[in-house]
Amino acid sequence: MEQLFWLPIHADLGKAIGEARQETDPAKCLNALANLAGYRRDFTLTNRLDRTAGKLIADLVAKDACKTAGLTPLRVAILSSHTVDHLLPALRVAGLHRRLAISVHVASYGMYRQALLMEDPEMAAFAPQLVVLALDARDAPLQLPLESAEEDVAAAVQDKVAELRKLWFAAKKRYAAQVVQQTLVPLDSPVFGSFEALVPAAPYAVIERLNTAIREAARQDGVLLLDLAWQAAQGCYGKGVGDPVRWHQAKQLVSPHLAPLYGDQLARVAAAAAGLSRKCLVLDLDNTLWGGVIGDDGVEGIYLGPGTPSGEAFLAFQQYVTLLAKRGIILAVCSKNDMAVADAAFKHPDMLLKRADIAAFVANWEDKASNLRRIALMLDIGLDSLVFVDDNPAERDIVRRELPEVEVPELPEDVSDYPACLAAAGYFETISFTSDDAARSRSYASNAERKASLSQTADIEGYLRGLDMTLTATLVGPAELPRTTQLINKTNQFNLTTKRYSEAEVARLAEDPSALVLAVRLRDKFGDNGLISVVLARPDASVEPDELLIDSWLMSCRVLGRQVEQAVLEVVVARAAEAGWSALVGEYRPTARNSMVAEHYARLGFVNRSAPKGAESNSVFWRYNLGAAPNGTHFIKVENP
Amino acid sequence: MNEQEVLSALEPIFRDMFDDDGIDLTADTTAEDIDGWDSLAHVSLIVAAEQRFGVKFLTAELDSLHDVGHFAQLISKKLNG
Repeated sequence: MEQLFWLPIHADLGKAIGEARQETDPAKCLNALANLAGYRRDFTLTNRLDRTAGKLIADLVAKDACKTAGLTPLRVAILSSHTVDHLLPALRVAGLHRRLAISVHVASYGMYRQALLMEDPEMAAFAPQLVVLALDARDAPLQLPLESAEEDVAAAVQDKVAELRKLWFAAKKRYAAQVVQQTLVPLDSPVFGSFEALVPAAPYAVIERLNTAIREAARQDGVLLLDLAWQAAQGCYGKGVGDPVRWHQAKQLVSPHLAPLYGDQLARVAAAAAGLSRKCLVLDLDNTLWGGVIGDDGVEGIYLGPGTPSGEAFLAFQQYVTLLAKRGIILAVCSKNDMAVADAAFKHPDMLLKRADIAAFVANWEDKASNLRRIALMLDIGLDSLVFVDDNPAERDIVRRELPEVEVPELPEDVSDYPACLAAAGYFETISFTSDDAARSRSYASNAERKASLSQTADIEGYLRGLDMTLTATLVGPAELPRTTQLINKTNQFNLTTKRYSEAEVARLAEDPSALVLAVRLRDKFGDNGLISVVLARPDASVEPDELLIDSWLMSCRVLGRQVEQAVLEVVVARAAEAGWSALVGEYRPTARNSMVAEHYARLGFVNRSAPKGAESNSVFWRYNLGAAPNGTHFIKVENP
Repeated sequence: MNEQEVLSALEPIFRDMFDDDGIDLTADTTAEDIDGWDSLAHVSLIVAAEQRFGVKFLTAELDSLHDVGHFAQLISKKLNG
């Protein structure tokens, strides 16, 4: 697994860092670098970021001006038994992304005891707030004969841990510092194979026993862990921890190429200690909490629960989210949906998350950036407390652009991997867990209801321009028939009349030269969205002979809010005018699910028209004069072959 | 890739590592010639080169890896071997 895989990939991070470095205002420069630190980066780019950021942070700290740049200063002393200098840039950069201005002091190689137990003027002058004891398995080994008895091993382990506790105590007493103890990664190869753990003094058995004892002591003494042994066992470091070549060459426990991961994991603990961890998980609904689109597929049509592989996977993700709520993470929902439709999904029998688990529930058709602002206000927390999870890369992109304070993990393609992704990203690192935490999300849920709402317009225009959209409208032919028919029969929400047609009926209409049957595709910078909209227009005896009736107009919800409607109207208008029609007539036929398009024709500049004879009684009719100026703008390149 | 080509590909890595666009690599360039080429930078250079070329240096090869020409020669040999 690539390190930092939950971070998005920047199109050209090297260039962006170069540009950010040109900024002469230090606070602005640091802010730009802090945002860039949130992209996936190898150790070379991380070091490049740090070359400027490190200096600026040092200046700010020297001038006692971190607050003006919105950063929290934190002094970290690293006392280690191996080489750590190559890890410092990654620690500073990951800290900066979490709004920490980290200064680092590294005690002389291998002198960690002296730095704590004796007078150390440098340490005293530095006055560390966090002391990291980065020890390794080769340091002061227990040196027990392989045939040692169980009691002897246990006693030796206790001695070792007692020594560590003295060091922890000294760090607290001498410097009033919070201690972070790194667990020991086994570096030597097992000598017994699977029998290893059955021999008390075998290398792996000793390390395991030591780590267990370290964790227990840390729990009792209020010491935090950087549980590198546990991370390494999970495989996130591959050979990057304990690579024997790097050890023999430079006594590096962590290989330079995995410095960004190590720096991030230590920075999380530091950020948690400084109270800067994330508090709230904001969830999209369709294809994030269940498979399918609730508005189109209905409660019975979504994938959730036992019976299908994806239903199981979405359920497992909900289970993970539920556990996060139980440890005190606030849950919120931010979905493009009708409130009533989204609400109904929570009546699904396999829905594990309950409506009452959600402290802020926002479902509407506005852009997600505005809605995330609203959620932060409702919960009375900062945007920098939010983590936003959405399967749709376009939505993730806009939120990152509009609200760089919000963490937006680059979700894996497969929902089965969502829990591991959230866990690996470490947004919710903590320094304590109490029964108060467990009750927290419920109390937020009740507070939120009292909060007023706020709408703030994000820079939607810039976003839409940046999407690089191209729309292609073609007359439906045999190639488009199956997908066109499927869309006609599946779409519920953005569907003006919700008329259903068989493939044969669509084919017949498409062959009629007086009719206009359009299939619309949309590509953007993220890829091809495929066939996403259909318009069926035809002459009809109930309207005037020079009027073209729009029998059906529908669109997939995947491309909502991108002004596709405006571009489609442009195509329809051009083609209808060319064919000699003088006006379009639109019909809105309300259903339980299509309220979002009630004002569709009004928004496009149609005017009310009397209902033709024989029309549905609750339908509303609209007319568009083909000579009229177009209403509204869009940022879509239109191909109309 | 021959030695000269490897040398050219190493240049941006060096420039980046030492943040100095004025670095021109020749086969004779050594740590003496580049400001900041200390033991820490040395390991980082090796790891960056391993990533860039998709090769792995043997521990024994690290013993005598002191000038850029030797660097390029070894990488070229690994790529073509």
